[in-house]
Amino acid sequence: MRQAFIDTATALIDADPRTALVLADISAAAFERAALKHPDRVLNVGIREQLMIGVAGGLALTGLRPIAHSYATFLVDRAYEQIKLDLAHQGTGAILVSVGASYDGSSEGYTHMSPMDVQLIDTLPGWTIHVPGHPGEVAPLLTAAAAHDDPVYLRLSTQTNDIAYADASSLRPVRHGTKALVVAVGPMLAPVLEATKDLDVTVAYTHTPRPFDTTGLRELATSGNVALVEPYLAGTSAHVISEALADRPHRLLSLGVTRRDLHAYGTPADHARWHGLDPATLRASLTLWLP
Amino acid sequence: MTLMDVEPLLRRLTGDEKHAPSAFSTLDVLWVLYDRVLRVDPRRLDDPDRDRFLLSKGHGPAAYYAVLAAKGFLPHDWLDDLGGADSPLGHHPDRLRVPGVEISSGSLGHGLGLGVGTALGLRAQGRLEPRVYVLLGDAELDEGSNHEAIAYAGATGLDSVTAVVIDNRSASHGWPGGIASRFAVHGWTAVTVDGRDHDAVEAGLRKATEGAPHVVVAVVETKGS
Repeated sequence: MRQAFIDTATALIDADPRTALVLADISAAAFERAALKHPDRVLNVGIREQLMIGVAGGLALTGLRPIAHSYATFLVDRAYEQIKLDLAHQGTGAILVSVGASYDGSSEGYTHMSPMDVQLIDTLPGWTIHVPGHPGEVAPLLTAAAAHDDPVYLRLSTQTNDIAYADASSLRPVRHGTKALVVAVGPMLAPVLEATKDLDVTVAYTHTPRPFDTTGLRELATSGNVALVEPYLAGTSAHVISEALADRPHRLLSLGVTRRDLHAYGTPADHARWHGLDPATLRASLTLWLP
Repeated sequence: MTLMDVEPLLRRLTGDEKHAPSAFSTLDVLWVLYDRVLRVDPRRLDDPDRDRFLLSKGHGPAAYYAVLAAKGFLPHDWLDDLGGADSPLGHHPDRLRVPGVEISSGSLGHGLGLGVGTALGLRAQGRLEPRVYVLLGDAELDEGSNHEAIAYAGATGLDSVTAVVIDNRSASHGWPGGIASRFAVHGWTAVTVDGRDHDAVEAGLRKATEGAPHVVVAVVETKGS
């Protein structure tokens, strides 16, 4: 996904004089040629994430469309107040593109993990959040985001599904069943499909948890049982689902990354298991919960 | 229109008869900027080639509102309801509500980064005429975000940026060695002037040169003195 982002952003900077990229050293080498070609619109501010967002805000004030990029924890967690005040509060937007989703950087330790980035962005009004599940979904999402001025968070991961879905901004049913609706966000689709292969459930996929497709949710949630499987902090979208189904009796199971700091390294697969997001544990959680 | 004409506007904002205009640390610098330096026009608020003035130190904006009103950016009767439920004027300015206000500020340490980005955005669009002025306070420099912007603007020679630091010695731990040195060490040109002397402030602002960002440290009375 990171390569898809680099290729697409490079092409956008070439094609559209409105597009600008702000970096804080991360991925700077990958944009070296773009920076030589467009030194005024490919800007590396050094290891200064507060400035990266401030600069993005300033660029947007002059009418450019900034893309700011780093590890999720540095881009979002560290610079949260800049995101809050230097963009939407000024009446402007930017595209924030992160790598290092949740525990993608597991071997680096907790300092390089951000399972809470989506929840942090979700505290702010007006943001669109894309969590692609496949590298093929990155280019269309980024290209569409570059064409307007609203705030967009694009969260890239090294975890991927088997295929890309072109039309997954709304809930896209992938498998049909009767007992429950299981919503898989982004790269959670692959483990969810494996976990539910012989379960009588509908599985729906989306790469865009904000705005969440509540219309599709209401259509698909006929059983009243909804399980939400998100690749970031568990329960991040629970408030949206509860509100969308407030007028109906329903049961909601929210699965995702737990709040625990495990003080452990290992692989992303290890962390998926420890947080209960591997196919076997997902299956166990769903089976226990299904009516 | 002189600075004397701003006094009644300030009084409308504060309802305060006893404080002299000197109680407002930013007043003289703001007046010099809007009266002598900034190329801005209330009839052309969206002119892409206007100078940008960013009030980073967003608290205590009475002098800012009064100068904006005196210069025709906002109706004088707005000044009578500072902080009211229906008032566009609050204790920290909101760019979406006040004509001529370039950034919404209040939380300290945001203006210089936004100013650096504004300067870069103008340059990327070939707009080389406008300057970007950012007004900060000496205590505001405690915020580390400023130093990210100071280092980067200096290293890249971003010469369309002028920072103005109002120094009323309100930083809790002071700035040993002086404020100007914090900028100069990163390659900024720096001058320190009497922040009440209009000619000195203007001359300091006009000392910006090619190839380096510029800072004017405007020294005023010590806070609380």
